[in-house]
Amino acid sequence: MMNELVSDLSAVRAEAFLAAGICVLLLFDLFIRDRHRDLTYALAMLLLAGTGWLAATAGGDGRVLAFGGSVVVDPLARVLKVAAALAMAVVFLYSRPWLRERQLFRGEYYVLGLFALLGILVIISGHSFLVIYLGLEMLSLALYALVVYDRDSPIGAESGMKYFVLGAIASGTLLYGMSIVYGFSGTLNLGELREYAAGLDGVPVFLLVGLGFMLSGIAFKFGAVPFHMWVPDVYQGAPTSVSLLIATAPKLASIALVIRLVAEALPELLVTWQVILMTLAVLSLLIGNIVAIAQTNIKRMLAYSAIAHVGFILLGVATGTTAGVEAAVFYSIVYVVAAAGAFGIIMLLSSRGAEADQLDDFRGLSQRSPWFALMMLLLMASMIGIPPLAGFYAKWIVLLALVEAGAVWLALFAVLMSVVGAFYYLRVIRLMYFDELPGGAPVQAPGDFRLVLSINALLALALGLFPGPLMDLCTGLLG
Amino acid sequence: MVPSVLFAIFAGVLVLSALGVIIARNPVHSALLLILCFFTSAVLWLLLEAEFLALVLVLVYVGAVMVLFLFVIMMLDVNVTRMREGFTRYAPLGAIVSGIIILQLAGAIWLRSGLPAAEPLTPREAGHSNTRELGAVLYTEHVYAFELAAFILLLAIIAAIMLTLRQRPGLKVQDVSAQVKVQRKDRVRLVKMDAEKDS
Repeated sequence: MMNELVSDLSAVRAEAFLAAGICVLLLFDLFIRDRHRDLTYALAMLLLAGTGWLAATAGGDGRVLAFGGSVVVDPLARVLKVAAALAMAVVFLYSRPWLRERQLFRGEYYVLGLFALLGILVIISGHSFLVIYLGLEMLSLALYALVVYDRDSPIGAESGMKYFVLGAIASGTLLYGMSIVYGFSGTLNLGELREYAAGLDGVPVFLLVGLGFMLSGIAFKFGAVPFHMWVPDVYQGAPTSVSLLIATAPKLASIALVIRLVAEALPELLVTWQVILMTLAVLSLLIGNIVAIAQTNIKRMLAYSAIAHVGFILLGVATGTTAGVEAAVFYSIVYVVAAAGAFGIIMLLSSRGAEADQLDDFRGLSQRSPWFALMMLLLMASMIGIPPLAGFYAKWIVLLALVEAGAVWLALFAVLMSVVGAFYYLRVIRLMYFDELPGGAPVQAPGDFRLVLSINALLALALGLFPGPLMDLCTGLLG
Repeated sequence: MVPSVLFAIFAGVLVLSALGVIIARNPVHSALLLILCFFTSAVLWLLLEAEFLALVLVLVYVGAVMVLFLFVIMMLDVNVTRMREGFTRYAPLGAIVSGIIILQLAGAIWLRSGLPAAEPLTPREAGHSNTRELGAVLYTEHVYAFELAAFILLLAIIAAIMLTLRQRPGLKVQDVSAQVKVQRKDRVRLVKMDAEKDS
């Protein structure tokens, strides 16, 4: 009994460490003065480092089940958890000067951000409906609160309210689907559900109904069309530091959610969910890329671009092959790198007090700061998928998996939509290099911000030139 | 026979009162109908021999949560007419969407294969205790989920405080420690003056 508890706890040591750390941070932040608030930031970064390290080493090299099979620690969990902790560290680093200039530099940002990360870790390791749902609620609750973090912003309150109501409906839908599947299969455990589904002859109706509701809920959290309405409003309405947070780490939880609940738990129903996922993906690629062209606000534009990228990720999962799922994971990580960098540049330009969230704010950036204009060029080119950047390689392996799975038409459609999508990314580049903004001052930002932002953007290049190491991490994820 | 009749009655009341929650004009009526919903679901759970959960539902939701909810509704004095402004405009769209979902569900369930027949419930023996069974797994098998739920509550507390605790400028607040520390000389000034004389 005791030994079992110890080994169980060792499997979830990253989550346990982070949870204990949040409590310490909460108390610590209470007793320090405003001018020492940097200590809270430093402690949060330390916690992230510890969590990342513990997550990387949990469970050895293999696949470990804990707490009666409701938690799984496998290579997929390790890769995604470390990526999420890294993404959160980058988010905290970019946010610090931005928050400070707007008198929003408070401990709650870090507490809520770490809670969101805890939810993400729980989802990534979730192996039962109950645990996954609890992780999702923790993530969602932290994000709702973060969207309205700047309480004096009316647009923030409006988008927070929308996000909350729509998110609650999505959680309800997901829960409804889970309860239907549980009601008939009699198990919450995903491993047992998989065995149950393998023992059935034919596809029973209730599983289809439950799966349909579950996929709707997942698509909502992922931001796939037609469940995407909240994405642009939330990206635009939330404080930029929160948009950055929402655009990065939670995407890793969403991909884990799809893989755990659908690809791993119900491989028997491949034919069914393949059609649903492909429909979602095609619609996302179509709507995301076309509507993004009409945007003048860059946060909104990045929101629609996120929807389009979600389409690509779902295409990878929809193949149902190991190569496709691995390509989807690779794509998500590359997307998170590019999105973090793009929002980082917006925050860099905003750090003089005014928001730089309009496309016009990028006018003439190449004169104001040639270096960061180049970095933005790299990030945008990576999102388009121009070789030799990481985005190209990510798109390439997804398309390869699609063709291998026999979906040549889908691959052609995805390529066509990428070409349409290139238009709005190229517009940003045109504004930076060929337009002029009279009276633009040089960009100012702290040294660590500049350094990490440069590394982030160069990573988009490096992962494209040398995709080997990350690809090695992403192969053999599914045991 | 008797349980299925009871089930039909209470399930019917549950569905009707749930409908009432969303169409009642008065928010207090909505809240009271929600109480009825909780109560009838508790009865359904009792029929499934989940007596502990049924009692907890009544105690916690009906007894505590809904009472607070009613307080809040009465204190906030929500302007119902403004809330309902868009109702007729969006009702047709909502009806279409829910109609499609109902049709699809009905099609999937009845036209394709029909539901598997429900197996009759096997009643537990007389001395069976649900509470004991729950207690045996809550802190062992489900301890992880239990702790996660606790952290979600902590998160909810932090978020609620963050959203509502604010220092408004110009607010008149008591500083209790300053009140306690006050000395006589801060409040009373003794003034020496000559006695008044008749002139």
